Amino acid sequence: MRWLLLILACLALPLRAEEVVLGLSQDQVSISTNFDGSEIIIYGAIKRETPIPQDAPIQVVVTIAGPQAPITVRRKDRVLGIWVNTDAMDVSAAPSFYAIATSAPWSEVLNEADDLRHNVSIPRRIRSIGAWSQVANPQEFIDALVRIRMENGLYVLAEGAVDLRESTLFNTAIQMPANLTEGEYETRVFLTRGGKVVSKYETSIEVSKVGLERWLFNLSRQQPLIYGLLSLTIAIAAGWGASAAFRLMRSG
Amino acid sequence: MQIYLPIAEVSVNAFLLLGLGGMVGVLSGMFGVGGGFLMTPLLFFIGIPPAVAVATEANQIVASSFSGVLAHLRRKTVDLKMGTVLLIGGLIGAALGVAVFNYLKSLGQVDLLVKLCYVVFLGVIGSLMFVESLNAIRKTRSGAAPKRKKHNWIHGLPFKMRFRTSGLYISVIPPVIVGILVGILAAIMGVGGGFIMVPAMIYLLGMPTKVVVGTSLFQIIFVTGFTTLLHATTNYTVDMVLAVLLLIGGVVGAQIGTVIGAKLKAEQLRILLALMVLAVCGKLALDLLIQPSELFSIGTAGGH
Repeated sequence: MRWLLLILACLALPLRAEEVVLGLSQDQVSISTNFDGSEIIIYGAIKRETPIPQDAPIQVVVTIAGPQAPITVRRKDRVLGIWVNTDAMDVSAAPSFYAIATSAPWSEVLNEADDLRHNVSIPRRIRSIGAWSQVANPQEFIDALVRIRMENGLYVLAEGAVDLRESTLFNTAIQMPANLTEGEYETRVFLTRGGKVVSKYETSIEVSKVGLERWLFNLSRQQPLIYGLLSLTIAIAAGWGASAAFRLMRSG
Repeated sequence: MQIYLPIAEVSVNAFLLLGLGGMVGVLSGMFGVGGGFLMTPLLFFIGIPPAVAVATEANQIVASSFSGVLAHLRRKTVDLKMGTVLLIGGLIGAALGVAVFNYLKSLGQVDLLVKLCYVVFLGVIGSLMFVESLNAIRKTRSGAAPKRKKHNWIHGLPFKMRFRTSGLYISVIPPVIVGILVGILAAIMGVGGGFIMVPAMIYLLGMPTKVVVGTSLFQIIFVTGFTTLLHATTNYTVDMVLAVLLLIGGVVGAQIGTVIGAKLKAEQLRILLALMVLAVCGKLALDLLIQPSELFSIGTAGGH
């Protein structure tokens, strides 16, 4: 009987033995005119129906991913003495923003098989189908993409940034930069033990332009002619206004 | 104060933009140039995507030229007939320029083209102006009166037309060609082209100096206006928030610049302008010649 219980417990373990209860400081980011980045605080608890398993410590991985978009990575080379874009590689999908926060060094939180399954690490999020036919060394281009975006704060790997207390409560803060694109930001929390994912929770944060930003952007895409004419009208009005003001100042 | 530009999709300091607008405004007031050739590279340096910088700068030039042309109209120093002929060429040129721009954008070479244009034109114009103003200073010292060539090969071309305000009777072909060339440059470089148009009008067409600036401004309004519309409808790269911030700074700066300019001698001004043009040219040329620290760049998807 005792053996049977133990087997049952083992079978139940990979299912919902430990679950995430999540809170977000905000589930919506509004890009208004004075937007200069946003800090999202992600906090939560691990819910358990059973005692804490003792085999390996629990770890938490939090990811936030911006909308996927195709991009082109170009490399400069020296042609006739000047530096020119020569090779280019199309990346079929890369997130515009991707942040990972973990509760321990990367090698301790996730093994390669589960990374492959859940697409967690930064290189796993970048899909480059058919890249081999375009350039000789696609890996170099993907590395460059990751490097540039990391320098710009668009891709972040913060090891140990998740604060985990008593294997139960966790919290982390993820900084979103000022140059964000709009869209649904997929937010995921993984609980891992010994590198294996034991539980996963997904939600999303909506990032959108609001107010004047929204209005101008929509107008420029939907009514480009009217937008162009409006820009010209503003320019001419400003030019005329300036000229009139100068005359007033000189005569006055 | 950070401000988010809706089209460029970057966040920049509003005071930095006002300051840049003001600084370039001072220079444009001092030298009587639009300042686009300085502003566009400066926008590249602060991280505005080149396509947005070029399109938005065209929009800003509409404002500064409009303000300038009003002053010239009051002084009756605008040759409307010549301006219209130049304009016809300018519109054809602008359409060609935007087409070239879009084609090169799809190749991923637009940055190179824009920068090369800048290096070549700033280098040539800057050197010419520098030499010319040095000679002018030497001549005024020796006391010799400057001479201007009255007749050249241009007067042998057909389709002659009388331009009363300029006091000219010449073929329409050279002004149309000058217009086309400046139109192409306006679209590709995001400049009004005054710094090329003004010497071309004086030395090639033989127009009197007093009507040159007004006439050039007159046609620049329409060419850059047309360019703005083309960029707005084909590339969606005109950023209105950016344009307005640059405008405010530019308008105030131009006022201060005019006052400073009135206190300096024409030759000294030209030498200063020439040095400045050469400095911008040198900086851009170095960027092309020296190996960049990052060889890779990321662009939006599109053919290549």
